[in-house]
Amino acid sequence: MASIEFHDVAVDFPIYNASGRSLKKRLISVATGGQLGSDPLGRVVVRALEGLTFTLRDGDRVGLLGHNGAGKSTLLRLLSGVYSPSHGSARIDGEIGSLIDISLGIDPEATGRENIYLRGSLLGMGKADLAERMEEIIAFSELGDFIDMPLRTYSTGMHLRLAFAVSTTVRPQILLMDEWLAVGDEGFKHKAEQRMRELVQSTNILVIASHARDLLLETCNRVIWLEHGKIRMDGPADEVLAAYFGN
Amino acid sequence: MSYRPTTSAVLDIVAAFKRMPLVGVLGWQDVRARYRRSALGPFWITLSMGVMIGTIGIVFGQIFNTPMQEYLPFLTIGMILWSFIASVVNEGSLGFIAAEGIIKQLPIPLFVHIMRMIWRNLLILMHNLVIFPIVLIIVGKPLGWEALLSIPGLMLVVINLGWLCLLLAVICARYRDLPQMIASVLQVIFYLTPVMWLPSLLPARASTYLLDFNPAFHLLEITRAPLLGHAPSALNWQVSAGLAVMGWIVALLFFGRYRRRIAYWL
Repeated sequence: MASIEFHDVAVDFPIYNASGRSLKKRLISVATGGQLGSDPLGRVVVRALEGLTFTLRDGDRVGLLGHNGAGKSTLLRLLSGVYSPSHGSARIDGEIGSLIDISLGIDPEATGRENIYLRGSLLGMGKADLAERMEEIIAFSELGDFIDMPLRTYSTGMHLRLAFAVSTTVRPQILLMDEWLAVGDEGFKHKAEQRMRELVQSTNILVIASHARDLLLETCNRVIWLEHGKIRMDGPADEVLAAYFGN
Repeated sequence: MSYRPTTSAVLDIVAAFKRMPLVGVLGWQDVRARYRRSALGPFWITLSMGVMIGTIGIVFGQIFNTPMQEYLPFLTIGMILWSFIASVVNEGSLGFIAAEGIIKQLPIPLFVHIMRMIWRNLLILMHNLVIFPIVLIIVGKPLGWEALLSIPGLMLVVINLGWLCLLLAVICARYRDLPQMIASVLQVIFYLTPVMWLPSLLPARASTYLLDFNPAFHLLEITRAPLLGHAPSALNWQVSAGLAVMGWIVALLFFGRYRRRIAYWL
């Protein structure tokens, strides 16, 4: 059982190094991005999200849609628990897995094997668990003997394959993604695609930010369209996608 | 839904202790990353520390005109412990700033980043400690059973460093000028605290100010004194323990109040 309940959530970013005076008296609505304003103390704030109210339940496959700066990444960070809302309440029940930056924590000087431990530990896997899955992860990444070489000797593709192999080993209840993960050459892509499908299938709630219409149509049953940090439209995938992309 | 700040601070720290394996992996990784591809590895710190102690020992031993058997072990353990305390406080003030990448991506308990930093410095301390028995052998000074008291002493020091770093890390995440200030303040405390100079050389009146009122002295003494063959005074223990209790209360209240803002400040 996993669930997410947002009630009137807003996020304000305080900007401490902006030269406040010239900005703070004006309320500017920027074409892209959130709204600049000031809080009661006169500090410059960027309102990234405002008035978000929605509930996600088991089985929801949610796509986040919107222009750059519409608040998709901020919303993903709220969902992951990294940010707490500045206003309103966000209630998140369930184990969260984030595939937003799969290379986070990877050390180029360490060997592939060490990096599996590093990355795996960051994702919450225990040492015994990792040791048990080590061979499977190595086999999946197809790195062979390179696994004991420092990561800086890897090609970009090999690096991503390793990061992908570790990061997709966890099976969270709530899965967060920023764009679909596609890595490797033709042969690997196919395998990765299958792994991603399994992962999405086993998760209770999926939230993915993407601009790819076909992908959202295929994976999601619900799409939330964000604009200037507010929800412009929230509904079944085909309807929202049709409205966003136009027919 | 009521939100209890202090409870959430305690929960964060409890959750951090449950992530001990992560702390271990990251801390080791930090030490290894620093000395990768060097033949001596972390023992470079030991070596440079040894050279520094030797140099200061010879010069100041002459100036103070104290017998080497007394001065050198005192200086050695003092310098080793001080460099541990100073780097923990310095790096602690940057604790959250340095972990920005992780904090903004993964919901890991924030205290993990403090524990990682302390653990990494404990590992370096263990490397430096090798110098101490060598010095004892050179000057021919025996180590008594009371030396074991330094273990609870060090633990109490670490507990104190825990709250101090947590507090500093929160404030420094918001005010970026502070880490520089802390570095200079530490330098001042270093000279005010008997690390390089022997407390016995101090006139009686000055010692009240420089020793009794100096928390750094008490913290240093609970670990150092047993290794030099005498038990720490009751006052040393009382101040250190009192500091730990008070400090943690303040740090928890503070951390609870601002914990949710930290990710925004980074």
